[in-house]
Amino acid sequence: MPEQTYLEAIRAGLHEEMSRDSSVYVLGEDVALGGPFGVTKGLSEGFGVHRVVNTPISEGTVMGLAIGAATAGLRPVVEIMFIDFITLAMDQLVNHAAKLHYMSGGQLKIPLTVRVQCGISGAMGAHHSQSLESWLAHVPGLKVVMPSNPADAKGLLKAAIRDDNPVIFIEHRGLYRTRGKVPDGDHLVPIGRAAVLREGKQVTIVALANTVGVALAAADELAGGGISTEVIDPRSISPLDVETIVESVKKTSRMIIVHEAVEKGGIGAEITATVQEHALYYLDAPILRIAAPFAPVPASPSLEKQFLPNQACIVKAVRKLFG
Amino acid sequence: MPTRKENSKDLIDLLRRMWLIRAFEEKVSALYAERQIVGLLHLGIGQEAVAVGTCSLLRPDDYVFGGHRSHGHALAKGADVNRLMAEIAGRATGYCGGKGGSMHIVALEAGFVTATGVVGGTIPLALGAAFAAKEKKQGQVAVVFFGDGAGQAGPFHESLNIASLWRLPVIFVCENNGYAEFTPLSAHTKVERLAQHAKTYDISSSTVDGNDLLAVRTAISKALGKTRAGTGPVFVECLTHRLRGHYEGDPAKYRELSQLTQWKSKDPVARFTRLLKSKKAITDNELQAIESEARSRAEQAAEFSLSSPWPAEEEVATQVTADLP
Ligand SMILES: Cc1ncc(C[n+]2csc(CCOP(=O)(O)OP(=O)(O)O)c2C)c(N)n1
Repeated sequence: MPEQTYLEAIRAGLHEEMSRDSSVYVLGEDVALGGPFGVTKGLSEGFGVHRVVNTPISEGTVMGLAIGAATAGLRPVVEIMFIDFITLAMDQLVNHAAKLHYMSGGQLKIPLTVRVQCGISGAMGAHHSQSLESWLAHVPGLKVVMPSNPADAKGLLKAAIRDDNPVIFIEHRGLYRTRGKVPDGDHLVPIGRAAVLREGKQVTIVALANTVGVALAAADELAGGGISTEVIDPRSISPLDVETIVESVKKTSRMIIVHEAVEKGGIGAEITATVQEHALYYLDAPILRIAAPFAPVPASPSLEKQFLPNQACIVKAVRKLFG
Repeated sequence: MPTRKENSKDLIDLLRRMWLIRAFEEKVSALYAERQIVGLLHLGIGQEAVAVGTCSLLRPDDYVFGGHRSHGHALAKGADVNRLMAEIAGRATGYCGGKGGSMHIVALEAGFVTATGVVGGTIPLALGAAFAAKEKKQGQVAVVFFGDGAGQAGPFHESLNIASLWRLPVIFVCENNGYAEFTPLSAHTKVERLAQHAKTYDISSSTVDGNDLLAVRTAISKALGKTRAGTGPVFVECLTHRLRGHYEGDPAKYRELSQLTQWKSKDPVARFTRLLKSKKAITDNELQAIESEARSRAEQAAEFSLSSPWPAEEEVATQVTADLP
């Protein structure tokens, strides 16, 4: 298994799917030139600018265009440069991409992938750092995935492109340069299946995207203090792999959820509600969420650091569960 | 006047298509008044010449997109009368199994891709179908119908820009009926003719009398010539008027009676009938037969719809995603 960065794995996934299927098109701002992070670098040379299409700064209309192209037989991959700008495309995503299959009684399918970059890093401030995944997960008809490592990034992206539904593929920019082993060959990760990244007996930490690494480090630290921690990465937040999470909690009897999105109304709230429905009597302690404060993301690097869930707060919260 | 010489048979067929839409919508209106159909209904009575004038020139595999007032567009593109009315009535036998309804018609078999409840929302979708058509090189075009109200929405302007930039085979058909809900166009924009925007984006355009079926046909026929030849989009603004309220139940108090009377005298169905009669292209008997056939098809559609079952309860949460069970 070769090592790749998260960014290279995404690029390889795009490359493989475009080679495999001539109906896959990539559209977005500056994508033919590689994009600001370089994810699509080299694609237009390989596939031509008619398949790797630079668009004007018209997120809503480009999203609608991709949806229309999907109704007419293409499998578009739209890049939204920052998740903060998906707000401009929400009408098309929520009212058309998500609903056309249902509203048409199954006549239409929308095989659309939306690649979007998110995350808090680099002191970019409130318009380039948001975590809006729970907005999207709230909409029936949209699938939402958030890979935390290169292998999942590639496998989930390829699965998203082959899916007959709109899939929002959320890339965390803090992970772009992280490295990991990526299986050779046609590597696919099924959408809707969580990964148990570390097995443990006494507490379950469910973490998303960039916070997965933080949770794993916290688990190491906790092991030093004699606490056995299981770490689960849902990978897909809609559909959510309820079974894997619930089974884990039944075993460990304690759960903490970590994400970069604000706590209020975040995906942690949904996971909490679901777990108490299925496993309330297995719990030995309240379910805790470690997430961002209910505030916009600050620009100052010192405030940004404070805003983020970190290893120390995870360790402290877990210790609290043990009284 | 049409570019090719139309023979009377063709002309009579156009009248038949307009009558079908008129009879269909009048029936829907009657059923709504009886509470046999519920929901939010926007009828295009008075605007049939735009739908028929446009769709009668399209290929079956061309893509058509509409808006909230699109029963006529779907019918003109060849949607089945029974399945369309059943959809509006929320029945299991409707095109969408009752999940779409009046504002979200999809009749894919006829090339009517989708309507929408979001004003201006399908303009970008039509670009996408045109983009796909261009890439597949099968010569299809995409047509999108929208009202004057959509002309002040962001997606309208973004779409004109992209369609022009990428030379997409799309025809924008703007039904300028002078009102958006209860507000006249003049209160929403200083731009009186929406075709003006096409000029800004370097798109070839025209403004025509949308109640004159043959004028619409001429404009669309020219537009198709250009679009199919690959020279990019065309914008056709059709000046028209809806003879009903904005939605069924709207008393339309914002409209002067004199204005309504004036537009009634330009009713596209009556007007085209007068033209055919003056040309002696149709007899009174034929005329009567056309109207009664249209009305009986609408009656049958109503019977079909109202005797159709409601969707099964479990359908409420099926087809949310396109996964196999
Ligand atoms: C985005 C959006 N805003 C508001 C509405 C409510 N609304 C429905 S129809 C309409 C007026 C539309 O006018 P126009 O586009 O001219 O079409 P017409 O009704 O005249 O056919 C409005 C404001 C809507 N459906 N969508």
